[in-house]
Amino acid sequence: MSTGDAVGLITATLLASGVEFVEALTIVLAMGTTRGWRSTWAGVGAALLALAVITVFAGYALEQWLPEALVSLVVGTLLLVFGLQWLRKAILRAAGLKALHDEDAAFRAEVDAAARAGDERRLGLDWFAFVVSFKGVFLEGLEIVFIVITFGLNAGSIPLAVVGAALGGAIVIAAGFALHRPLARVPENTIKFVVGLLLTTFGTFWAVEGLGWFSAGQERLDWPGGDLALPALLVAWCALAWAAVRLVAPRAGEAV
Amino acid sequence: MRFVTALARFWWDFVVGDDWRIAVGVVLVLGAGAVLVADTEVPHALVAVLAAVGIALVALCSIVLATRRNAS
Repeated sequence: MSTGDAVGLITATLLASGVEFVEALTIVLAMGTTRGWRSTWAGVGAALLALAVITVFAGYALEQWLPEALVSLVVGTLLLVFGLQWLRKAILRAAGLKALHDEDAAFRAEVDAAARAGDERRLGLDWFAFVVSFKGVFLEGLEIVFIVITFGLNAGSIPLAVVGAALGGAIVIAAGFALHRPLARVPENTIKFVVGLLLTTFGTFWAVEGLGWFSAGQERLDWPGGDLALPALLVAWCALAWAAVRLVAPRAGEAV
Repeated sequence: MRFVTALARFWWDFVVGDDWRIAVGVVLVLGAGAVLVADTEVPHALVAVLAAVGIALVALCSIVLATRRNAS
């Protein structure tokens, strides 16, 4: 694996998992402080277990069953479509056309919902706290798993991708439980912009590389400049995102 | 059956998200790239650059369309 791939792998999985962990932490803190920690932790544990099983099986299956160039094409295309959605939202937020994500407001909404919910007990657990914690961690975690598998497979190291994601999670969890409140001051929208740029850059690189599967040799297609195309693509996507924000920002005033 | 529908809807929302045009545009651009690689003598480096430009245009179109929808 090239140094560029390794740095990109760690950075992307760390940042992406960080922002997703911030959102999951908000839900977990709301449930834990309002409904109690035992059922909340049970939900978190069950979700992490389910995510670990999905990571192992999906990663193994893709690695074993598909040729290298086809993995690049399939996984790169998924990553590209997924990344472009992140980048599109980030550009619209930066241009003032979409509301910024507010972690404090999300926390208040979760606390209100937890306070209003009934007291149903199943398997000795507060079922509301268990289900909400499970769903919150599982759904946010699924995005992390997706990024870990796609980056890990294409860069040739799922363990390194897991390390990046685990680092991001550890930082957020440590900060969240030290402060004992949601991480509203994390520049979440900026980080999402950066992650969108990274996902789109790597998605473009790998999806296009995977087009080589249609050639006679079914080998990955070579970019001009080889791996140097990766930083060039990142610069190009940054320039395009900047230009897009400048292009659509004046329209924000028209929309109001 | 309801489970399968819900699962399909979940994955659709997860990957395709708010704007299906992005997914369709990316598939069309990569499809055109695949045809160039498989059936022509166009150098692969040029195919890579053309595909990247096509993907960038898909992204720009999606953003501009979202802006127009917001403005109208």
